[in-house]
Amino acid sequence: MTAEVRVEHVIDPAERPGHLVKPGAEPVVKASAIEKHFDANHVLRGCSMTVYPGETVTILGRSGSGKSTFLRCLNFLEEPTAGVVQIGGVVVEADPLRQHRDRAAAARIRQLRLHAGMLFQEFNLFPHLSVLGNLIEAPVHVKKMPRKEATELAETYLAKVGLGDKRDEYPSRLSGGQRQRVAIARALTMEPDVLLFDEPTSALDPSLVGEVLKVMESLAHEGRTMIVVTHEMAFAREAADRVYYMDEGQFVEIGPPEQVISNPQDERTRTFLARFLHG
Amino acid sequence: MSYAGGAGMSANQLLVDQIAEARQRRSRRWRAAFLATWAVIVTGLVAFILLSVRVDTTFLQKTIPFILEGIPITLFLAVTSIFFATILAAFGALGRLSPNPYLNGVASFYVSFFRGTPLILQILFIYLALPQAGIVLPAIPTAIVALSLNYGSYMTEVFRSGIEAVPHGQTEAAQSLGMTSRTTFRRIIAPQAFRIVTPAVGNDFVSMIKDSALASIVGVQEVLWRAQTAGRPSFQSMQTLLVAAFIYWVLTILFSLFQGRLERRMATGDRVQSRRP
Repeated sequence: MTAEVRVEHVIDPAERPGHLVKPGAEPVVKASAIEKHFDANHVLRGCSMTVYPGETVTILGRSGSGKSTFLRCLNFLEEPTAGVVQIGGVVVEADPLRQHRDRAAAARIRQLRLHAGMLFQEFNLFPHLSVLGNLIEAPVHVKKMPRKEATELAETYLAKVGLGDKRDEYPSRLSGGQRQRVAIARALTMEPDVLLFDEPTSALDPSLVGEVLKVMESLAHEGRTMIVVTHEMAFAREAADRVYYMDEGQFVEIGPPEQVISNPQDERTRTFLARFLHG
Repeated sequence: MSYAGGAGMSANQLLVDQIAEARQRRSRRWRAAFLATWAVIVTGLVAFILLSVRVDTTFLQKTIPFILEGIPITLFLAVTSIFFATILAAFGALGRLSPNPYLNGVASFYVSFFRGTPLILQILFIYLALPQAGIVLPAIPTAIVALSLNYGSYMTEVFRSGIEAVPHGQTEAAQSLGMTSRTTFRRIIAPQAFRIVTPAVGNDFVSMIKDSALASIVGVQEVLWRAQTAGRPSFQSMQTLLVAAFIYWVLTILFSLFQGRLERRMATGDRVQSRRP
């Protein structure tokens, strides 16, 4: 396998960089014509997305529309049926029949994942490790970073999510909101190019959603590149540079939040938002 | 009791106190009945023994030390065998979960065969049948090999289910951090699976202490063999076998206490990540 897979990207006219993106900037994430079948179920029907450095993109849509599957295809937790993903310069092509399944292919997928930090609905902290242990596990055992250096980095990011005093605590002793913030710090400690959020507040008690969204908003404002699958309209409106609306496995509307959320052009987007905003 | 009593105490508070008091009374009564049951059974047994056999104290003074000398051998068999069984089970479980058809085939044959035949037959087979094929093992190694293989096959299934009990989200989180499957297993899955199976391994060790008595059939001089040997010539098996029974009983009780402490110590962090706080 060669690394020179051509990324054929059909740029949707609506898929223009947000107003903050410097002209000529190279995209961080470039997903092209992603398809996904679960047996006979055609979940993703040719989804493309380009995200530039510093952008925050949110994906909205009904449950079951394929938002999470798309996000999981970006770092190959789900193997796409067709399409190409490029993150931070690493290109991986879908290989559903595993024709080229070898060490090199697996290594390239791992490389891709190093550029993309993932946040899960269920946090998925490692329960047998302390908070600090959770944060330095991958830097030490994947990046082979010296433990001392990893610890310093981890402490910086723990402070950033407001949990500097919890480094020796175990996940079971934290609230859901704290667990998700630890998960964010864990992803940040790997210093990825983009953060992928898969409904990060959906498993949280309503009273704990705010502290997680606050951290996410501050990350967005300081120029982190983020792709966020969420049902939190307020977050999409406040923090997103662009909003993708997904319906039945396709992005049917793409644009700045004030357009997609406040003045949707597509009928499906309108119906979806009407339910959210008025009732 | 009157509701007027107790300055500032509301009727509600009084009711709460009464409920707590009733609950304590019930639990005291339950414990008393429980202990009484034990006392009756033990007294009955002791009475039965004293009435049915003449207790020969000079005989017991001679034989009890002889039987006690079997304890180190019994413990040696159990500890060594649980050690090898754990190693076998770890490899067995990896085999049973392997996508490789050859490894999986070997592991599932192992489990099926050694779980499907009696332990006593396995001991006798190694001791009596293998010499025909030119493989001769002394009695103690025979017992250790048989116990390890047999318990290893049961524990393979325990370990496999322990590994499968670690939520899939753990694997996904590890992989999204760029870990290889090997690192994921070694650093994330195995430590959690180990915690899940610790109680089961402890139970198997208790069973192993008792099943090591089967080694007496090939002449290993452990607790049961000594009890049999001492009691049979003078028809005093009642005394010697009761001594042996008591020894096994105490050993298992002591280990259960130790196991409880071990499990509490290992409960650092949590076993299963709960979905909501």
